[in-house]
Amino acid sequence: MEPIMAVVIGVIYATAIYMMLRRSIVKLVIGLILISNAANLLIFATAGMTRDAPPLIPMNGGPMAEVIADPLPQALVLTAIVIAFGVLSFAVVLIRRAYQIVGVDDMDQMKDTDT
Amino acid sequence: MNPEVALPILIPLMSGALSMAFWRSRMMQRLIGIAGTAALLATSIWLFASVQAQGYVIMNAGGWAAPFGITLVADLLSAIMVVLTGIIGFAVAVYSLPTIGRGHETFGYYPLMHLLLAGVAGAFLTGDIFNLYVWFEVMLLASFALLILGGERAQMEGAIKYVTLNLLSSVIFLSAVGLLYGTLGTLNMADIARRVALVEDNTLIDVLAVMFMISFGIKAAAFPLFFWLPAAYHTPPVAVSALFAGLLTKVGVYALFRVFTLIFNQSVDFTHDILLWGAGLTMLTGVLGAAAQFEFRRILSFHIVSQIGYMLMGLALFTPLALVGGVFYILHHIIVKTNLFLISGVVYRLKGTHDLKRLGGVYKAWPLLGVLFLIPALSLAGVPPLSGFFAKFVLIRASIEAGHIGITVIALLVGLLTLYSMTKIWAEVFWKKAPDDDNAAPKVAPLSQRHLWLMLLPIVGLAACTVFIGLNGQLLYDVAEASAAQLLDPQGYIDAVLGEQP
Repeated sequence: MEPIMAVVIGVIYATAIYMMLRRSIVKLVIGLILISNAANLLIFATAGMTRDAPPLIPMNGGPMAEVIADPLPQALVLTAIVIAFGVLSFAVVLIRRAYQIVGVDDMDQMKDTDT
Repeated sequence: MNPEVALPILIPLMSGALSMAFWRSRMMQRLIGIAGTAALLATSIWLFASVQAQGYVIMNAGGWAAPFGITLVADLLSAIMVVLTGIIGFAVAVYSLPTIGRGHETFGYYPLMHLLLAGVAGAFLTGDIFNLYVWFEVMLLASFALLILGGERAQMEGAIKYVTLNLLSSVIFLSAVGLLYGTLGTLNMADIARRVALVEDNTLIDVLAVMFMISFGIKAAAFPLFFWLPAAYHTPPVAVSALFAGLLTKVGVYALFRVFTLIFNQSVDFTHDILLWGAGLTMLTGVLGAAAQFEFRRILSFHIVSQIGYMLMGLALFTPLALVGGVFYILHHIIVKTNLFLISGVVYRLKGTHDLKRLGGVYKAWPLLGVLFLIPALSLAGVPPLSGFFAKFVLIRASIEAGHIGITVIALLVGLLTLYSMTKIWAEVFWKKAPDDDNAAPKVAPLSQRHLWLMLLPIVGLAACTVFIGLNGQLLYDVAEASAAQLLDPQGYIDAVLGEQP
């Protein structure tokens, strides 16, 4: 499972960076969305993939299973997803406002601040 | 229980929430702005005093013991940074009263300012690497919103660059945290430091170190990752620029200092060598960029970049004296840089433009302002007896002692070019005659004496700090020395957080 995940994550990173290098600001935001998802998947995968092994103490108080999933990365991913959601919704609103004010969606023409 | 560690985070959060509750009342928001930042300053001094007495002040959130819960840790460096946050927050809050217009205030300027301060203080005080990421995001989101308040074209374009590069840096940081957790299985920085020392093969650790370096390097605006800074910092209202200039990049620098003294001190030859190259090039490109500019705040923005180079140089040389210089430099720089931005705001308010070519004659009309500009400007360039001289002196002496002649030459050259930039501003804005063709002088609303004095008040206060640091160099040097000694002794930090290990 892990090797497949590693390849998938790598492909998402590559796609995201390709999108971010395009000139359109819409594609830029798509790139940002993809890359934050890639990072979330990466954290999820670093803990190792365990199937059907929740980190719970059995009801009768017996010993836990030999192999259990690490709950911490899942908590991290949850936090990261929420943060990314907030930040990316801001980014989407920002590009919409920027498009309304500047009137183009081409990064090459956004040079007002460079002179 | 040490409440003083949590209070610098809680007070701005509470003040932010309170100002949200008084959304419609500008009066109350202003009042909370002043009271909240004053309380932050007071608690930060309390924290500093208690860190000086105890060495490390630690609080485990929720009572969970160290490697499992989130720990708040204040060592001397954190305490110094928090005190500076308090000073800058208070100064900017006072300065905001006459300068931030109704439009910004009704769209939540004050709540965002408090949130930004909470994020900055949180980043300085946390002892958990994932928590550091969370505080970074708190700070970034507040800064995004502050940056675009007003919604002018330049602000939008600057914000897109700022948001993109900072998000990219956050993602790299997050990926690095994920991989670090996968390798070591812990997030507490003290625990990470303890386990890193046990790893035998350093290859993966070095890769992670470089990922952290890139991520924090973007946030600190180090070469070659600084492009977002001069594109964005001159666009928002001056009070916002000043707050950003003083605090945001320094959070990145602080994170570099923390991570590269505590955790990644295994292969200094490799990591700190890269940092040293980065530091030299950061200084040089920043100052050369500034030389080409003719916009007041853009010159100052490029100088932030070049000054970051000095701080990184202190870290990269990694000798006791160099770290003292680095800490001293941060201390001096935050105050001076904020002050310069605040002065550029006063000039803008009086003359209606930031363009050096259209400015002039300010010294003749307002001589006091000229003197107030000279204090931080000469301090930035490193003229004795102001604070910048001692900061540069310590760093350059450290680099000579470490035998890095190249970086010594660069640091001296950059000091000279900084002086050139500051003289350029002085000559163009203050000294030369005001250009007298009609379209050169934009219309400005008359400024009441009361407002002018309210704007000058924080500037005078910060200038007094600069002179005080300059005249009492030894006092601050001792503090910086103690803090550098702590940074060079990671074991002390680990023991303080995790308790004595057998």
